[in-house]
Amino acid sequence: MQVKRTPKTYDVCIIGSGASGGTAAKVLTEGGLSVALLEAGPPVVPETDYKEHVWPYELPHRGAGVGGRARQGLEDEFLAPNGAWEIEGEPYVSAPGSKFRWFRSRIVGGRTNHWGRIALRMAPVDFKVRSHDGMGDDWPLTYDDVAPYYDKVESYIGVFGTKENISSAPDGIFLPPPKPRCTETIIKKACDHLNILCIPSRLAILTQPHNGRAACHYCAQCGRGCITASNFSSSQVMIPPAQKTGRLALITGAMARELVVGKDGKVESVSYIDKATREEKRIHARAFIVAASTCESARLLLNSKSNLFPDGLANSSGVVGRNLMDTVGSNGGGYFPQLEKMPPHNHDGVGGMHMYLPWWKFDRKNDFLRGYHTEFGGGRGMPGVGEFDGLCNKFEGYGSALKQECKKKYGAYIGFSGRGEMIPNENCYCEIDPAAVDQWGIPVLRFHWKWSDNEIKMAKDMQETYREIVEAAGGIYLTSTKPDGSHPYGIADGGVIIHEVGTVRMGEHPATSALNQYCQAHDVKNLFVTDGASFVTNADKNPTLTIMALTWRASDYLLDQAKKGNL
Amino acid sequence: MPISRRDILKSLTFTAITGSVLRVIPLEAAEYAHRMVRAEKAAAENQAYAPKFFSAHAYKTLQSLCQTIIPSDDDAKGAVEAGAPEFIDLITSENKEYQVSLGGGLMWLDNTCLDRYGSAYLDCTPAQQKEILDLIAYKKNAKQDPSLGQGIEFFAFLRKLTADGFFTSEIGIAYLGYIGNTFVREFPGCPPVPEA
Repeated sequence: MQVKRTPKTYDVCIIGSGASGGTAAKVLTEGGLSVALLEAGPPVVPETDYKEHVWPYELPHRGAGVGGRARQGLEDEFLAPNGAWEIEGEPYVSAPGSKFRWFRSRIVGGRTNHWGRIALRMAPVDFKVRSHDGMGDDWPLTYDDVAPYYDKVESYIGVFGTKENISSAPDGIFLPPPKPRCTETIIKKACDHLNILCIPSRLAILTQPHNGRAACHYCAQCGRGCITASNFSSSQVMIPPAQKTGRLALITGAMARELVVGKDGKVESVSYIDKATREEKRIHARAFIVAASTCESARLLLNSKSNLFPDGLANSSGVVGRNLMDTVGSNGGGYFPQLEKMPPHNHDGVGGMHMYLPWWKFDRKNDFLRGYHTEFGGGRGMPGVGEFDGLCNKFEGYGSALKQECKKKYGAYIGFSGRGEMIPNENCYCEIDPAAVDQWGIPVLRFHWKWSDNEIKMAKDMQETYREIVEAAGGIYLTSTKPDGSHPYGIADGGVIIHEVGTVRMGEHPATSALNQYCQAHDVKNLFVTDGASFVTNADKNPTLTIMALTWRASDYLLDQAKKGNL
Repeated sequence: MPISRRDILKSLTFTAITGSVLRVIPLEAAEYAHRMVRAEKAAAENQAYAPKFFSAHAYKTLQSLCQTIIPSDDDAKGAVEAGAPEFIDLITSENKEYQVSLGGGLMWLDNTCLDRYGSAYLDCTPAQQKEILDLIAYKKNAKQDPSLGQGIEFFAFLRKLTADGFFTSEIGIAYLGYIGNTFVREFPGCPPVPEA
């Protein structure tokens, strides 16, 4: 088969169009560089792809999806498109004894089309954990290095929140927060009583018109994608301004297979499969930014073997694929009789929590290292598939009594989700599976996963805390977990929280890290890895805001290098 | 030229961002556009339903069970009017496991009714139907009579799917009193919360 070449050489080729790739595309094209942006999936068309404002009864499957997929724990039919735990023809493997789940989005904008919009800054201590408690590693940069870029990202995308001066949850540049919902006023009161911090959340959703985008209209459906672009997605907020410069070539349906290195040891092209024709094509550029998502980026480097780089590209340290982390997650929920008495009212709000619990026990010694924040929600949301499963199991029976019981208890539940920091360990990593390929012929990833005791103790603390809060609020805690078994204290399987990071980590020393503080490969000067793969640790802060700040910083550095003629 | 849905949506998504004519999107324009989307989706339905998976007899039994699980009563219409049987048939037609558990479950019910009463479920008297359903509607009954186990499992699953079908319908959502899926300029916050 003939390999086709695109004769043009771009200044930069970016692989992946999500939070990181979109940010890089905006900053670099506005800085004057020509950019080719490769995306493995199709373009996104909000007006037809997003199911915002659709009622469940307007869909034949009512939101359950084909064959009732949503009931099997697979994706909700309403979710913004092309996100999936399993993609046909593109498998991944869990090693024996390991359970890891990988959520991938093959579409322009990637997972930012549906993400939770939770935009939390890492705290100063989060960058220096080893200095603080001796575990994991310090980042090769400080909070002060990143802070100006948090400012830039927040100012541009729009994040609501409030100034609180809490050391574990640094303030940012915020739009005003929305008013609390009933569920939130109840929990806030209980937390105040228990001396647990409960503050307005920080979400990338516009409570005012911002940079030409409309304010939120409070339909609570951010996860479906927002037709008015009132929340942040790369596809609607980063890529359009890049396109406007006229310097962006967006190439969809392009599955990157290998980064091809020249004799000088620099990457000269990326070889990709054009999914529409199944042909192999190449893009040439002076610099490459890999932003394909944490594990996909590691996969691309590991699959880019050459005589110069026999263990994969940028992997002389052997760290690529290692240091894989997710967030520690455990959920709990309660029933609140006072909510039964609430009159019907609009409880929608934004598509996410209006308040949350930042880590509050940073000032004392705990049974575990590091911390977690807590997201919570419930109340009178749009009814959905599976909503009454728990009640049906408990109440049993049938007839008008069952019908009335559902109405009575509707909206009277609040759920809590702990989101904690995992300490990286040697048992958690991904590698190329020795046998399997995907339908494009590209070797696939095999995952290894094991939680350590610290994470399990953290999950225990989450369960105890949520019981305490629910009971203090006059509710009944309904979750029961076991200290052992496959999910001790309800800890979620690896990957399930969809915060995987760390597989191409940055660091000061080329022997123990793959990238420098600008996400530039130690081994290959024209190669950058800017997504969550670059993370050294995985603080209890959802990674997206930090991914964008680090990408913006790396892009500024790349622009500066280009000006100096170093591309 | 009349303005099309596409025009409006385009102006909502792209021109606003790239900073041309429409700097701030009026809420009314957004609402109008969304209504048009909804109308188009609704127009695609509205046709009589022919079962995709269940036989005519099984589907009739399914309808009868849905009606019994969430009946039409003085408060609101029930699961059949809400389209629960259609919904259950559709997802079952696409799911091999459901075909076994629900298709097999309906046959278990008929077989059991034949053994006990000499007729299939639909041909039983209302008292007989109530008797068997009262047996399979509660897990605890399997302790006394393990032969009910399969029926209990089946009924528990069908109850959940019926609730799904009912409470995701226009009738069910109105019955619950959900208010939302709307466009508001400002989130109103919480009405006074009664004490626990």
